[in-house]
Amino acid sequence: MPPVLPEGPLTDEAVGRLVRPYTVSDGRTRATSHFTLVTVVRATGVQTQGTFGLEHAQVLALCESPVSVAEVAARMQVPAAVVKVLLSDLAEGGAVVAGQARPPSADHYALPDRDLLEAVRDALLKRL
Amino acid sequence: MPSSNDCDALPAEALPVGIKVLIAGGFGVGKTTFVNTLSEIEPLSTEEMLTAVSAATDRLDGVENKATTTVALDFGRITLSPSHVLYLFGTPGQERFWFMWDELSEGALGAVVLADTRRLEHSFAAVDFFERRGIPFVVAVNEFDGAHRYHAEEVRTALDLRQEVPVALCDARVQRTGIRVLLELIQHLITTRSSHGSDTAPPLLRT
Repeated sequence: MPPVLPEGPLTDEAVGRLVRPYTVSDGRTRATSHFTLVTVVRATGVQTQGTFGLEHAQVLALCESPVSVAEVAARMQVPAAVVKVLLSDLAEGGAVVAGQARPPSADHYALPDRDLLEAVRDALLKRL
Repeated sequence: MPSSNDCDALPAEALPVGIKVLIAGGFGVGKTTFVNTLSEIEPLSTEEMLTAVSAATDRLDGVENKATTTVALDFGRITLSPSHVLYLFGTPGQERFWFMWDELSEGALGAVVLADTRRLEHSFAAVDFFERRGIPFVVAVNEFDGAHRYHAEEVRTALDLRQEVPVALCDARVQRTGIRVLLELIQHLITTRSSHGSDTAPPLLRT
């Protein structure tokens, strides 16, 4: 069965326009979950059944404790966009969970929640 | 009772929220030092692919000339609490990378524009960028040894800042002063929220 390719450039809300397929992500360029650079991820320990590659295993090993997408990318020395695709695969299979991050809003800045701001302020005050 | 492998699987809500703050300013103004001083980890570098829209494109045809560039982003981490982790991302200093700020600033809480009083003009581009995008920022004057000390108000005038933009003095090598700068930013955001009366549902303004 021939693969069905979408028309036009592949885009993803979380990643933006994706340029070319990556060999490391098996040619797939679409992250199906929403990851930003600062989304915190963690391996769940759930055994997944997909056919995952070495890179998936590397990602899993790096997120045994909570860690951001940017840190995983930096430690693997691959572009963050690639890590987002790998994480997306793993999240689909339940092997990884992702925390919240402020959603990207390219065309308009939205002020953050007051609760969030106060929590950050109080935590910073303790560091003075 | 079914045994499962996911007995220790945490719900996503239990994971900390990642918060992004941008550290901007001209080349050589102390961004790297600022991030290094505050980060609890050895600062890391990640590659991000960004879309560059050619500034020289003839836009009459309505087609933008886009290309992608890979840039290295340096960042540091401050774990504030079990539920909040702050990430400080340095923006590239050279203005030829201005195009990437759009993507880098997506989802950011706000920004710190570092300034060096010996070359304030190096921070103009950053101030301009955040003003245009409506992204809240504070200006932090990095007090280099041997540089003339200016008052915050003199810096405000020189940078033509709006009255509400806080100006702080800091030494990028001293952690405590860096924390104060971040606090200025957070307090500025809280004040902006209150004065906008946005503690009810924030309106989605789209132009």
